[in-house]
Amino acid sequence: MKLKEFINAVNAQFLTSEIETDMEISGGYASDLLSDVMGNAHEGQIWITIMRHLNVVAVASLANIAAVIFSNKMKPDEAVIKKANEEGIILLATNMTTFEVAGRLYQLLHP
Amino acid sequence: MAEYWYFNEAFAEEASSYFLERPEPVIVMDFTIGERDFVNAGNASSQIKMALKRLGVDHDILRRIAIASYEAEINETAHARGGEITGNIYPEFVVIKFYDKGPGMKDIEQSMVPGFSTADEQVREMGFGAGLGLPNIKKNVDVLHIDSEEGGRTLLEFMIFFRKKS
Ligand SMILES: Nc1ncnc2c1ncn2[C@@H]1O[C@H](COP(=O)(O)OP(=O)(O)OP(=O)(O)O)[C@@H](O)[C@H]1O
Ligand SMILES: [Mg+2]
Repeated sequence: MKLKEFINAVNAQFLTSEIETDMEISGGYASDLLSDVMGNAHEGQIWITIMRHLNVVAVASLANIAAVIFSNKMKPDEAVIKKANEEGIILLATNMTTFEVAGRLYQLLHP
Repeated sequence: MAEYWYFNEAFAEEASSYFLERPEPVIVMDFTIGERDFVNAGNASSQIKMALKRLGVDHDILRRIAIASYEAEINETAHARGGEITGNIYPEFVVIKFYDKGPGMKDIEQSMVPGFSTADEQVREMGFGAGLGLPNIKKNVDVLHIDSEEGGRTLLEFMIFFRKKS
């Protein structure tokens, strides 16, 4: 499944600069606890969260997360978005809840 | 001083001789970490990761190093009054040391238990405090050594080999 299919399915908006979204997504992980994400999320997955702190970018970068999506209308500060742009991390936002985003993602991966 | 050691069996022999001899590293990277500095926390781990990437360290091994290092770096800023981080790079492995300014751990074994955390409100607001950092470190490293006691400084160091377990 390609990132762009996911973006369409959850009606996501780019927070970081819009880039090519042909990359393959292998799965997803939903959590707001950073150590939980580092221990259990896999490389190339989409991370669904409402945690908006700068540390999210650090974790996504260190753990090679494909893209971070902020659910439930949550949006991080400009400083976080700037840092993500510098580190080459994709940040997305959607109005859907974490439950809905995870459900749509699961459907796309397991049609 | 209370001490904790974990060795991955596959590298135990080689690793033990390292800790007896403590040879000179090829590259040394030093960093200072401030207390509760959640803005800069992660920079040291990120720089060590980049340096090792340039040296050609395997992608999956790099990820293990980055995760273990970040967890230890956050603990140094979240649970201690900051301290130092030293990355010692060798041809076959890396040893990263986190030496903080205290207040130490009451019981290292208890700190290692998944879910155990003394993180306060401020630390939890940052997304930490699941009590999974030390277990994550152990899961990703080949050797883990912690030296700590209540009221003292904590030394946490780990070793990760650049080649995969055979
Ligand atoms: N450098 C340190 N100095 C003093 N105590 C520490 C240190 N590192 C860890 N601890 C103690 O060990 C506990 C467990 O640490 P661990 O990293 O596993 O979880 P956490 O930091 O509380 O939460 P998480 O890492 O999941 O965000 C901490 O809550 C703290 O009590
Ligand atoms: Mg921790």
